[in-house]
Amino acid sequence: MKNNAWTIIKKEFARVFGDRQLLFTSVIMPGLLIYIIYSLLGSGMQKMATEGTDEMVIVRVENLPESVAPMVENLPSVVVLQQAVLQEDIDKLESKNLNEVLARFPEAFDSIVATYDPQSGVAAPNIEIYYNSANNASSRVYQMLKGSLTAYEEQLSNRFDINRADVEEAQFDMASDDDVLGSILSKLIPMLILMMLFSGVMAIAPSSIAGEKERGTIATLLVTPLRRNELALGKVVSLSGIALMSGISSFIGIALSLPKMIQADAAGIELHYTTSDYLVILITIMAAVLIMASVVSLLSALAKDVKNAGTMIMPFMLVVVFCGLTPMFQSGTPESLTAYLIPFYNAVQVMTSVFAHEMKWMPVIVTLAANVCYTGIAVWGLTRMFNSEKVMFSK
Amino acid sequence: MSEILRVEGLSKTFKLTRKQQQIERTSRKKIVAVDDLSFTANRGEIFGLLGPNGAGKTTTLRMLATLIAPDKGNAFIDGCSIVSQPEQVRAKIGFLTSELKLEDFFTPNYLFDFFSQLYGIAPDVIAQRKAKLFERFGIDRFAEVKVANLSTGMKQKVSLVISLVHDPEFVIFDEPTNGLDVLTARTVTDYLQELREQGKTIILSTHIFSLVEKLCDRVGVIIDGRMTACGPLEEVCNGLSLEDRFFEMYKEVKGGEE
Repeated sequence: MKNNAWTIIKKEFARVFGDRQLLFTSVIMPGLLIYIIYSLLGSGMQKMATEGTDEMVIVRVENLPESVAPMVENLPSVVVLQQAVLQEDIDKLESKNLNEVLARFPEAFDSIVATYDPQSGVAAPNIEIYYNSANNASSRVYQMLKGSLTAYEEQLSNRFDINRADVEEAQFDMASDDDVLGSILSKLIPMLILMMLFSGVMAIAPSSIAGEKERGTIATLLVTPLRRNELALGKVVSLSGIALMSGISSFIGIALSLPKMIQADAAGIELHYTTSDYLVILITIMAAVLIMASVVSLLSALAKDVKNAGTMIMPFMLVVVFCGLTPMFQSGTPESLTAYLIPFYNAVQVMTSVFAHEMKWMPVIVTLAANVCYTGIAVWGLTRMFNSEKVMFSK
Repeated sequence: MSEILRVEGLSKTFKLTRKQQQIERTSRKKIVAVDDLSFTANRGEIFGLLGPNGAGKTTTLRMLATLIAPDKGNAFIDGCSIVSQPEQVRAKIGFLTSELKLEDFFTPNYLFDFFSQLYGIAPDVIAQRKAKLFERFGIDRFAEVKVANLSTGMKQKVSLVISLVHDPEFVIFDEPTNGLDVLTARTVTDYLQELREQGKTIILSTHIFSLVEKLCDRVGVIIDGRMTACGPLEEVCNGLSLEDRFFEMYKEVKGGEE
């Protein structure tokens, strides 16, 4: 009766697919939600970056020196008025709706600067620039003005340059666009994937095992000739399958919204990953989700009810999240193969190496073999739980 | 009459948690639910386990259904040991108690097929049996209604039918009429007699004297986990009504304690 596990799997799938609400919340919603949130976030950031660039700003300048005048007048979208900066003008700037910047230069600025000796101990001449950082336009003009003046100051005392921009075709950062994007993705995506898979498992596993125990339906299964290991295997495989679908939905959400998030289309960056890269990621995810589902099932079997299961699973979730965060604290992936025996950590490291274009086969094989072993152990443990009257019937 | 069930010295002890100790006002760490119980049941009879609440009836039946394991002793159902051959035992028996629930989300139709598949029954046999049983219990009209939306009585009938998907030779029934309205209870007791006519063996537990008198061929009286009397109904009653005879025995057992 080996196909009993298959009968259980079919029932679990029928449960999720027959329930439109459950199907939506566990499989469709994660991807949709990620897509919407990331897209909004991306377009929000883009809006912030471009906002206020075309608004006219009035720049009132007192004692505008001749040397600085051309660069102030050449700032885009500004009207320069040379007049005394009064206290009442400064007070008016407190309103963030005023597109203005006020600058007060010391009298005879040029001649003071020309004769100023930094060694003398006398304070350097000070330029006062009043602006309102809550007003995007005002803030933008302040930044440009400050930038131009700083550049002018450097030019006055110019002794040497670093990475001068006017050298033609200059490229000093030798990382390719691929590498830059790869290193960002390799730090972020593995954790996102683990979190998505976990939320997929959490959406169904506790109710499928602790819930069946709580509602008394598991006992009905236990009086049939169904072997306990068939039940354990059927549960773990079906829960993994559903969690995987949820994970894939999230993955699609990430893949579609990521270009918007990092504005890759604006920067002309493309993702360069091969089919085998994606295949390795998919297999790694599948192996990780198997352990995840079997451990969550094990804890759910031990729990008294669904609520209790949630509490018991929390520490396990923190461990998984921690594993997902590891790429942020380390550079590169570990050399030693024994590191790939640690569940979840190994999956994260393999994914990191793929995204960073540094994938090697041995770690992948060790990871898969280890994870399949752990799943086997967990299924064996779950079988023992189903066999234990203390676990199954104690309230 | 051939023997189909042989129970040999079955014992079961439960540990008490501290909370349970407080509730029971006892310092005992363990409670003996079933104490060295032995009896037999014959093919084609209805055997009743009669006893007050907490006497160990349910524990005995759960051990026979292999849901829990005995501490000592063994029982053989149609030659299969509940200790060493639990899967074979489960394939032979139908077990019904109000503790066994059906998943609210599914329909009687789906559940009948699902459980039939777990017993490895051929598809054409499933369809045939389903049609017969659904008609017999009036489930056919509700075959596609989710269990959650069924009335309590209909749920019980579906549970009964589900426990019989594999047409078992041996049916274990814990408190068959508990919580049922008079109509459903009548349907169930009628069906038990029908099963006996088909040559099935039924073992049921109850604390209702009239049910034993109405249905059972033989009866075992359990008090405090021990078999106090066992045999054909007339023999156990010994000329008295079952109720009077039971209280006589109860006094004999408990007399020293009170």
